[in-house]
Amino acid sequence: MTRRVVITGCGGLTALGHDWQSISAKLRARESGVRFMQDWSSYKDINSKLAAPVAAYELPPQYNRKSMRSMGPVAVMSTRASELALEDAGLAGDPILKSGRTGIAHGACAGSAEPTMAFGRMAQSGSIKGLTSNTYVQMMAHTGAVNISLFFGITGRIIPSTSACTSGSQAIGFAYETIKYGMQDVMIAGGAEELSVGPTAVFDTLFATSTRNDAPHTTPRPFDKKRDGLVIGEGACSVILEDLEHAKARGARIHAEVVGYGCNADGAHITQPQVDTMGLVMELALKDAGLPASAIGYVNAHGTATERGDVAESIATNRVFGSKAPISSLKSYFGHTLGACGSLEAWLSIEMMREGWFAPTINLDEVDPACAELDYLTGEGRKLQTEYVISNNFAFGGINTALVLKRWD
Amino acid sequence: MLPQDVFKTLKDTLVEQFDIEADKITPEARLYEDLDLDSIDAVDMIIKLQEITGRKISPEDFKSVRTVADVQQVIEKLLSTPAA
Repeated sequence: MTRRVVITGCGGLTALGHDWQSISAKLRARESGVRFMQDWSSYKDINSKLAAPVAAYELPPQYNRKSMRSMGPVAVMSTRASELALEDAGLAGDPILKSGRTGIAHGACAGSAEPTMAFGRMAQSGSIKGLTSNTYVQMMAHTGAVNISLFFGITGRIIPSTSACTSGSQAIGFAYETIKYGMQDVMIAGGAEELSVGPTAVFDTLFATSTRNDAPHTTPRPFDKKRDGLVIGEGACSVILEDLEHAKARGARIHAEVVGYGCNADGAHITQPQVDTMGLVMELALKDAGLPASAIGYVNAHGTATERGDVAESIATNRVFGSKAPISSLKSYFGHTLGACGSLEAWLSIEMMREGWFAPTINLDEVDPACAELDYLTGEGRKLQTEYVISNNFAFGGINTALVLKRWD
Repeated sequence: MLPQDVFKTLKDTLVEQFDIEADKITPEARLYEDLDLDSIDAVDMIIKLQEITGRKISPEDFKSVRTVADVQQVIEKLLSTPAA
């Protein structure tokens, strides 16, 4: 027998604030977190000088030298977002965390940039100057996941979901399956990404970044005819997944239920998305949830504002949900937060579903005729009561994920 | 660095790098028990001291170190031998 899995806590650090009230106010005001990066002017060859950095945040005293020595920024954000989520769930300091029945699924594109550079300098100069006992652990891909474990004393399973843009969504999906099949009772799941110029250079090389450097608030423009590429963002988001019976027994406040997860791969091209498998992953999630496509009242798009990505995603979404599916992309506000976006977008989709209002895609003035017909939310967004939403994400290498989330009243 | 400065340098390093209260740093203070350092911290202390002294500290020299005075001795011995 499988178990039902609910979300009982959410926490995040984002460009628009660190709680739903602050973020919601900015979404309603159509406020973008994108800005011009003065510091990047020295990178002459990089065309895009835009990013959406996380808003300033304070760390409580428990973040001291010893607890932070193994953390670079990505691990700090992963840990703090998880702490906020645990507090939201009423599980901070709970014995379940150290019982072996709580696990972690967390990811990012990579570890921190600064320690990576230290190894680069070593390879170049032959000197290990600048390397310390913690350089590697801050650089390694699973730095976020294990630092969360150390910080809270968590002794269950660790699933590092290091898959670039699906790190956060895979984390939630794998965590959901882990609880569903009885391997753990509680899972901290999410993703994070620290801001560095590297990812912008990656997409810049592929001519996939926005170069509207003189008008940061007009970009990125998911699905818009005049979009010119993505903007890299920064952030972290963790959610607490819990066995429904466990949550009920302790009287937890339930935010939503995870009812379906789909995950597959294109197996075709390293960077070009494939419509067939993107559509299939949405069908896999619906099948897992036991729902027809018509049950889904809102589609949270990956919507990065790249030409190939938007077109392929819109066609795949149209094939599964038809032309009347309400859809929007939160990347128009936060930029592409890479490892964080999957969990961040799942969290905000849940909050929007609870509120009965869904944010529009900002900067979407005229839908690109190459994109398939869908009910693209623009303007003031949409008041909409629905029981189910789907949140889709797609990563380099052709990884596709879809999460179906059910409202909990 | 003069030998008489070694203790001061060591103390400054422990305060700045490891957030240890200056009052706790006496020659008799035990690194692990009294100053709450661990094996990872010890490695980073060696790295820092190597940087300051410009000398390579051998693993054997450091393995027997227990107190602040022991560390001081290792550094003084190192500084008294000509640099390679």
